Amino acid sequence: MIEESVLQRVLGAALRTGGDFAEVYVEDRRSSSGRLDDRRVEELTSGRDRGAGIRVVDGETTGYAHTADLSEAGLRAAAEAAAAAARHGTSRVNVVDLDRRATRRPNDVATLPETVAKATKVELLKRADDAARSAGKAVVQVSAGYGDSRRRILVANSEGLLAEDDQVKTNFRINVVASGDTGMQTGYESIGHTIGFELFDRYDVEELARRAAQRALTKLQARPAPSGTMPVVIKSGGGGVLFHEACGHGLEADLVAKSASVFKGRTGELVASPLVTLVDDGTMAEEWGAIGIDDEGHPSQRNVLIQDGVLTDYMWDWLRARKEGRRPSGNGRRQSYHHLPMVRMTNTFVLNGTEDPEEIIRQTERGVYVAQLGGGQVNTATGDFVFGMTEAYLIEHGELTDPLREGNLIGNGPEVLRNIDALGNDFAMGSPGTCGKDGQGVPVGDGQPTLRVSALTIGGTAA
Amino acid sequence: MADDLLAIGDRVVADARPGERVEVYVVRSRDTNVRVYDGEVEQLASAQSQGVGIRVVREGRQGFAYAGSLDEDVVRETLAEARDNTAFGEPDADVGPADPDGVAPPELDLWSDDLAGTPTVDKIELARELERLAVAADPRVSTESSDYADTMVEGAVVTSTGIRIAGRESGCYLVVSTLASQGDETQTGFGFSVARRLADLDVAQAAADGAERATRLLGAMKPPTSRLTVVLDPWVTAQLLSVLSATMTGEAVLKGRSLFAGREGEAVAAELVTLIDDPTNPLAFTATAFDGEGLATRRNVLIRDGVLQGFVHDSWSGRRSGTGSTGSAVRAGFKSTPTSGCMALSLQPGTATQAELLAKVGDGVLVQGVSGLHSGVNPVSGDFSTGAEGLRIRGGELGEPLREFTIGSTLQRILHDVVAVGGDVQWLPMDAAGVSLVVADVTISGI
Repeated sequence: MIEESVLQRVLGAALRTGGDFAEVYVEDRRSSSGRLDDRRVEELTSGRDRGAGIRVVDGETTGYAHTADLSEAGLRAAAEAAAAAARHGTSRVNVVDLDRRATRRPNDVATLPETVAKATKVELLKRADDAARSAGKAVVQVSAGYGDSRRRILVANSEGLLAEDDQVKTNFRINVVASGDTGMQTGYESIGHTIGFELFDRYDVEELARRAAQRALTKLQARPAPSGTMPVVIKSGGGGVLFHEACGHGLEADLVAKSASVFKGRTGELVASPLVTLVDDGTMAEEWGAIGIDDEGHPSQRNVLIQDGVLTDYMWDWLRARKEGRRPSGNGRRQSYHHLPMVRMTNTFVLNGTEDPEEIIRQTERGVYVAQLGGGQVNTATGDFVFGMTEAYLIEHGELTDPLREGNLIGNGPEVLRNIDALGNDFAMGSPGTCGKDGQGVPVGDGQPTLRVSALTIGGTAA
Repeated sequence: MADDLLAIGDRVVADARPGERVEVYVVRSRDTNVRVYDGEVEQLASAQSQGVGIRVVREGRQGFAYAGSLDEDVVRETLAEARDNTAFGEPDADVGPADPDGVAPPELDLWSDDLAGTPTVDKIELARELERLAVAADPRVSTESSDYADTMVEGAVVTSTGIRIAGRESGCYLVVSTLASQGDETQTGFGFSVARRLADLDVAQAAADGAERATRLLGAMKPPTSRLTVVLDPWVTAQLLSVLSATMTGEAVLKGRSLFAGREGEAVAAELVTLIDDPTNPLAFTATAFDGEGLATRRNVLIRDGVLQGFVHDSWSGRRSGTGSTGSAVRAGFKSTPTSGCMALSLQPGTATQAELLAKVGDGVLVQGVSGLHSGVNPVSGDFSTGAEGLRIRGGELGEPLREFTIGSTLQRILHDVVAVGGDVQWLPMDAAGVSLVVADVTISGI
């Protein structure tokens, strides 16, 4: 993307007035998306965003500047702006000669979306619309979205690292509104993988549309969710966000370092039910959070965070790892060249258990079965977290009965982890997610087998 | 002012072909972000960003493209992409750029030169002082971060239909994230101050709020499940209004996604509820003289004395519904097409202070913070469920702290169950203003 000699000179300029580390991050992102709503393809959008972010670190202080001007002059100007944060003086470090590292991508891309005719992309939207509307007379509105992106990044730093990645993602989503005596309800489904247009050889958008429609139709019969604390069974692939919120964020080393995590200082301790082994894995081929390198140039890797209930490690970016004198774990990510990297998850999941998922339900006298979770939010300092349920049923005498209206569940991370008392043998990854932290969104994946939490608080309105 | 942005718009519009309607949105911003931790600068980021979003409509078919650059060749490519994309949009007679409607944009002074003129060291000092004051307020308080940020935005909209307008806005804020610790327990809080000019930032208040919010939650317990009256802190009310705004747009109504569709003239809220969207009010952080399509903004009353008056419209929903645009086209930056949306919502305030409201309520819960609004509130069905923390109200005064509970109702019920609106209006860095709000008959879900 940019000549090595230019990168070398820009890094030198960034450290001219001080600082002990400099980094150039270059990103070239092209995307296309299409949107259908109200029976009509509303528009196709094409996007191009390209620029560089330059970081200068001086002890505990980080300076950052970015520019859309990728000429050497533009990069030097950004380097000088980033250097302004460093204590003025002479840098103690010399820029090491760049050493280009090979990037091992988690998987190959068969069909680059940019090679696919726009008409073919639009056609998917119409097929999904037709399928959703055919699912029942009560379906009154459908919107569908197609999106693809190709994000090429380059990272070079004063330690001599030079690495590149080419990240291709394709996704599709559908939202259905059904209307009946009880008002309106919605159903949502989405797919997304770090692959090209071959996504649609593996998934049928019509099937996806029918599932979304069925979800909305089912909820027309739903009763208000209960209020109070009870056992909750979460369907495989439907609830990885539980772990993302209950402990994922709390295991990010930047939050731990600031005492803003209930998991601080607890490595080696039993923090979860011994049934739980939690992994964050950026190398997981084709998954939504898969990357070849992170946005600091370090290769993605598989990191075991909790082994049989025992906290084994946190996730690390370069800055936190340096402070602790260890290697980064491939979790330094950023939304775009406009942003500084920080510790982020990739694909976070709980490994398979041994129990028959149906048996888990049968052995629950009264509780709630959550088939699909929505988003969530956590306060990592207290561990309190919420997550939404967008498809749920009451469990009565070991059987699923009435569908429930939407609501949030609330729990405390460490308590919920200890209260996992059943883990199924039906592991599945869930839907693509966007994880927000400090104003930045990055693509993440999650997954889990069917599991039961013995006590969670359901935020409904019924007794 | 932003003449070069208008010139870019002019050049693109001049390239419109016969039969095409073209809209160009050009934006440029300068941002400074300072984060202080433990007395030291942890991060200092300065950035200039720019971008262009181009809409082309031909025979009712819309295409769109954007680019994060204002270079001439990139802008030209972007126009070509948008034009190419029109072939795939399906026809709709109502889509396209706004038509001038003769409404003069309000005269608003939303720009302050002192943000650009103030040396960075002074901005860093503000964030340092904020951290220092918050920590000094109580020995149990430490910080997670103390931030200063400012933004200066210039934007222009030029269309082939005769719209040509540019403007600029600036703002700055301070925000501290606090931790209060006692034994093994940690609670969190935050405090902030928002202003258009540096001199109007209230560092002391932001620090005091940050310290109080965190410390007063120490010892919080999970409450029993019950049904009672809640007082929403202004910050929480603003978030509620922001969620409610999704039901008030012409697009949601026309596409059958609003629970208020077809209910104009009906009582949808308690009589003391008057809801106004007014981006012409310079006190609103999101105030602006023109909307995302270049039409003058205006004051729109959505609910008056509990009765639904109407919705906010962009030019598409204005044409489709026959009401015309209300100057309410919003954009999420330059990367997407405009849509109808609220810009600066507020409830008409009452006169009571929060303390007076607590005294009136007697027994209930003050909700200090909510979480998971995006996952627990469905603006189509109206189902409302959110995580919460706050304090018990006993005998009209604040009692013990509470955490890890939810509040549940529906958007429809909440509006009818409003029993008082405070007089303590707070303008916040978002599309809605806060005010203390008393809502009866809410389900608290806990133990």
